[in-house]
Amino acid sequence: MPKILMKGAEAIGEAAIRAGCLSYFGYPITPQSEVGEYMSRRLPEVGGVFVQAESEVAASQMIYGAAGAGVRVMTTTSSPGFSLMAEAMSYIAASELPAVVVNIVRGGPGLGGILPSQGDYFQAVKGGGHGDYRCLVLAPATVQEFVECVMKAFPLAEKYLNPVLLIGDGMIAQMMEPVDFDAVKTEPQRDVEAWATTGCKDRPRNVVECLWLDPKLCEDFNFELIEKYKKMTAEDCYFEEYELDDQPEMVVVAYGTTSRIVRTAIEELRKDGYKIGMLRPITLFPFPFARLRELSETSHVKAFSVVEMSQGQMLEDVRWAIRDKFPVGFFCRMGGIVPSPEEVIDFLKQEFVTRGLKGAVS
Amino acid sequence: MKTIFERPQSMTKAETHYCPGCTHGVAHRMVAEIVDELGIREKTVGIAPVGCSVLIYRYMDTDMQSAAHGRAPAVATGVKRVRPELCVYTYQGDGDLASIGMGEIVHAANRGEKITVVFINNAVYGMTGGQMAPTTMPGQKTTTSPKGRDVNWCGMPIRMSELLSTLRTPSFVVRSSLHTPHHIIQSKQALRRAFQYQLAGTCFSFVELLSICPTNWGITPVQSNKWLEETMLPYYPLGIFKTPEDK
Ligand SMILES: Cc1ncc(C[n+]2csc(CCOP(=O)(O)OP(=O)(O)O)c2C)c(N)n1
Ligand code: SF4
Ligand SMILES: [Mg+2]
Repeated sequence: MPKILMKGAEAIGEAAIRAGCLSYFGYPITPQSEVGEYMSRRLPEVGGVFVQAESEVAASQMIYGAAGAGVRVMTTTSSPGFSLMAEAMSYIAASELPAVVVNIVRGGPGLGGILPSQGDYFQAVKGGGHGDYRCLVLAPATVQEFVECVMKAFPLAEKYLNPVLLIGDGMIAQMMEPVDFDAVKTEPQRDVEAWATTGCKDRPRNVVECLWLDPKLCEDFNFELIEKYKKMTAEDCYFEEYELDDQPEMVVVAYGTTSRIVRTAIEELRKDGYKIGMLRPITLFPFPFARLRELSETSHVKAFSVVEMSQGQMLEDVRWAIRDKFPVGFFCRMGGIVPSPEEVIDFLKQEFVTRGLKGAVS
Repeated sequence: MKTIFERPQSMTKAETHYCPGCTHGVAHRMVAEIVDELGIREKTVGIAPVGCSVLIYRYMDTDMQSAAHGRAPAVATGVKRVRPELCVYTYQGDGDLASIGMGEIVHAANRGEKITVVFINNAVYGMTGGQMAPTTMPGQKTTTSPKGRDVNWCGMPIRMSELLSTLRTPSFVVRSSLHTPHHIIQSKQALRRAFQYQLAGTCFSFVELLSICPTNWGITPVQSNKWLEETMLPYYPLGIFKTPEDK
């Protein structure tokens, strides 16, 4: 199929439908209400289910129910709404159900703003709701990549019986970019008869629950989760390396929208001879700790920088990844302000000076 | 030998954990009997609440899902919408449904979800040790209203059946009670009708069952039935509040 020009939010909805997700429950919130609008129009055309819930609390509990009943299901929201979904995220993870949730992050805290932010990183990757659980978190950087990640999210959720969270921001959700829906094929849904509440015909009953009155059993389950997350780390940790193959002195770490700006900055800096590249995490959980550590142990890498639209949330993971072997330079804009390529270039140039690196070849 | 009483097929062999005299067991059994009688065990999904009946999924031999506190109507919505051929019911206490889950129940009813709600009103938070519920009677002593519910600060008890019957979406709303065998028989009839409406795809159906919690009321089961009759019945009148045929 040829590429079509599509707004990010609508592409997310279409990608889900093409992935065989025929049920969507959601509550409007800027800057992603268009996903629900799109689904309300498209799902009836394909025999699917659209419900506008009374709140994000309810929308997320509806997907808990639908996921338990064994169908592909998705909800989308933005930051304040995602806070309200924390309860259901914890239950979905604890009940080991596959479900896909998209958080189009906006400026915060509080009601914040509606413009792009990465301030929900901790909430996305460190759990977010109560208890020890993780979502598999994907952070695409373009509309096309968002489409591909949505399509991959369903099989991943089914592989791990775990919620998959996609995070983006208003830049990606509101922007129109060319997309090719045929670039990825979604795997068919796995068999759900062993656990889903489809009616106990010709089989023992299935029960979806997450209560362990015996602490030993609850602990055992927590150990199982650790194994699940280890498997995710081993098999489904994704990242992109940009300009890292000619022994750069500096590695910048950025994801999503900021990675696009960093990419532009690196293109410019390279013209001036700066040896700089980027590691762009695509999964934020599992995070590419091992690869970052490896890079920090090469003889050519002398510095790391992080560019992020938060106070330094991913920065903590990068520092941990390299065990603070070098000080990590940090630049941020927040509250809905997207850094300009110029200010990122200035910051990175300054970092070369501060860290005593060669920088531009004069 | 003729069998005149046995465990409903739709119940497991697990022993329930309820206190002596508790009416949760009676209500569970009625639901299971109706599932048997309607021949729908293989297409029924029950949604468990958070409350004393949180473990109902151990007792019902059908597919079951749990819900977070108060969210059962939303979970039921998710199941029913994606699998409309199933019979989906929630089983909820008064704290669960009328307090933390007020939003979910009102909107599920108002959307006209084709689900059945079994609402156990025992005028108290049983599971957490007898705190005041939105349904606690004026003057009723609980662990968080030690001097009795003060309606000046806590308002009057919420009458859920009346409240839901004000919604304009067609539904079946009935209040019944479990304090005498006669009332139990009536309750079962109401429940059967509620499930039948769902099976016919007619409407949302809601059965409020006045229940006792001897443990947290601090009186015997016999005294509890009497207290229900004398204190709750006058405030919570029994009967059908709404049928889908109503104009
Ligand atoms: C979010 C949340 N808040 C509070 C609780 C604690 N809690 C458990 S059961 C319950 C009240 C249950 O009362 P009710 O619904 O009347 O059921 P009963 O035990 O009386 O049958 C509460 C407050 C919880 N589990 N989850
Ligand atoms: S505490 Fe009350 S509601 Fe709970 S099992 Fe005991 S009697 Fe029943
Ligand atoms: Mg109660």
